[in-house]
Amino acid sequence: MSYFKLISIAVLSFLLAGCPGNPQVPDPEPTDTTYGGDTGADTSGMDGSDPYGGETFGEDPSAGELATVIYFEFDSSEVRPEDQDIVRRHAMQLVGNPGYRVRLEGHADERGSREYNIGLGERRSQAVRRMLMVQGVSANQISTVSFGEERPVAFGSSESDYAQNRRVQFTYAN
Amino acid sequence: MLNRFRTIVLLGLFAASTANADLVIDVQGIAQPTPVAIVPFGWEGQSASMPLDVSQVVTDDLRRSGRFDPIGEDKMLQKPTDGADVDFQDWSFVGVEAVVVGTVEQTGDDQYTLQFQLFDVFGRRQLVGYRMPRVTRATMRGAAHRVADMIYEKLTGIKGVFGTRVAYVTAKQQGNGRLYSLIVSDQDGYNEHTVMESRDPIMSPAWSPDSRQLAYVSFEGSRSSIWVQTLRTGNRFRVSADPGINGAPSFSPDGRKLVVTLGGVDGNLDIFVLDINSKRKTRLTTHRAIDTEGSWSPDGDYVYFTSDRSGGPQVYRVAAAGGTPERVTFEGSYNARPRLSPDGNKLAMVHNDRGNYRIAVMDLEHRDLLVLSTGRQDESPSFAPNSDILIYATRQGRNGVLETVSADGLIRQKLVPRVGGDVREPVWSPFPRF
Repeated sequence: MSYFKLISIAVLSFLLAGCPGNPQVPDPEPTDTTYGGDTGADTSGMDGSDPYGGETFGEDPSAGELATVIYFEFDSSEVRPEDQDIVRRHAMQLVGNPGYRVRLEGHADERGSREYNIGLGERRSQAVRRMLMVQGVSANQISTVSFGEERPVAFGSSESDYAQNRRVQFTYAN
Repeated sequence: MLNRFRTIVLLGLFAASTANADLVIDVQGIAQPTPVAIVPFGWEGQSASMPLDVSQVVTDDLRRSGRFDPIGEDKMLQKPTDGADVDFQDWSFVGVEAVVVGTVEQTGDDQYTLQFQLFDVFGRRQLVGYRMPRVTRATMRGAAHRVADMIYEKLTGIKGVFGTRVAYVTAKQQGNGRLYSLIVSDQDGYNEHTVMESRDPIMSPAWSPDSRQLAYVSFEGSRSSIWVQTLRTGNRFRVSADPGINGAPSFSPDGRKLVVTLGGVDGNLDIFVLDINSKRKTRLTTHRAIDTEGSWSPDGDYVYFTSDRSGGPQVYRVAAAGGTPERVTFEGSYNARPRLSPDGNKLAMVHNDRGNYRIAVMDLEHRDLLVLSTGRQDESPSFAPNSDILIYATRQGRNGVLETVSADGLIRQKLVPRVGGDVREPVWSPFPRF
């Protein structure tokens, strides 16, 4: 029985994969003035721009820190309006850094059949992939994987547990 | 022997004389299990007692089936070990319908002869006499299951499945992550072996028709791939690792092909037939909906699968040689993971029953649907090779556990593997081939 060999293969491939549990987001280049906030203050390019360098703040508490998980409604693979900005910012980051590679991990909640849930998770990661590509990200920068209900972050069986598990996770490897 | 299942009583009382048995059955709804007597087997050998209490294994098997009520030793008026000594009048006074007597005789250092006789008390005649002269310590439990299988088949007309195995997946928290294990054990939970372990998910085990191999999905390296592993050697080979989804393997009845789900770069899940030797793939479905969970009909003519082409998931079937898929299920908004009974008469599935995901069986001739389970999140139905029992996963608190249910829904039993963790995706092996 060479199942110890199998374990070592499995463990090795886990190590080679670089800790898939910890999404490593590249630094979102804080010097990029068009980044985060979208106030137009720094990009107007007009003569006589504001002598005080004024800009708005406090609109987006997560500005400067790009979310790596977006969530989905029950039985839906549509990116919610409030998450479209997150996807757009990932798109900008990928377009600006052609060397970046992102893996979109689709997940489903635990209800129903496991392999069908793999399909639902994949549908979500593909919805995000299409949105990235529409915004100019090259197909070869993106890979998708669906874990269905196999990798929950919330282990209970309440609606709020389910909502946390219906997600797409952005994982960068460069 | 620490790894056997703990069995939990769901409802009702458990029978007497289970003191040294770890397995207790729950009998739910059946009118009256048949009273029988399994007389303690005689022993002739070098040590004080036989290596395994064979009659206890037989007793446990028959009791767990839910169809028999083996009486306690204290109720026996005689304890013969040879058929010639059976007094039918005594046994009919005790009220049993059948009596089993037998012996284990040591004939070599590690060689034993196991023999038994089954008697019909009212007809006063022998129904079975059987002898196994080449039993070893390692095979004695299997031989005892063979005894139970022969008794069960003679008395019910249904083949026994006590000598079969189940495969299942467990997930346990370990450090920051989870450890996934693919496990094979006897159907009563004994002889548990871990055949594959990974920190990435393992899914969808499927038995080869000769029960020597398992196909499964592994996410090692954070991508899905399909493997076929030989149980005896532990050797495995990868049959599919295309970009995107590689999932839901199921062996063809001749064992040469798998039906699998592939998603490709664009993530459109479709059913393919994969030739195991050449690894050549033939597409069976082309719809842009999710098509997955393919499973062969026992005659090999059709592949049944889940598709949400009509909105929610429903069961469809397509000719294995290719053709236009036809819809099979119409009752309810959610029917997924179809599995045919080995006799080809019934279709098991996960069915949404008023918001609960439950195991249902459809009679393919009459088309009526019978909901068999009672949980909120039941999944992965798999038929025993006699088509008479199913095993599936259900939730108990935050963990998955296993249950079996008779195809008529009357006898249900919960199995909690001693290893603990979240147990899922049980699949029942075919009959062993000798």
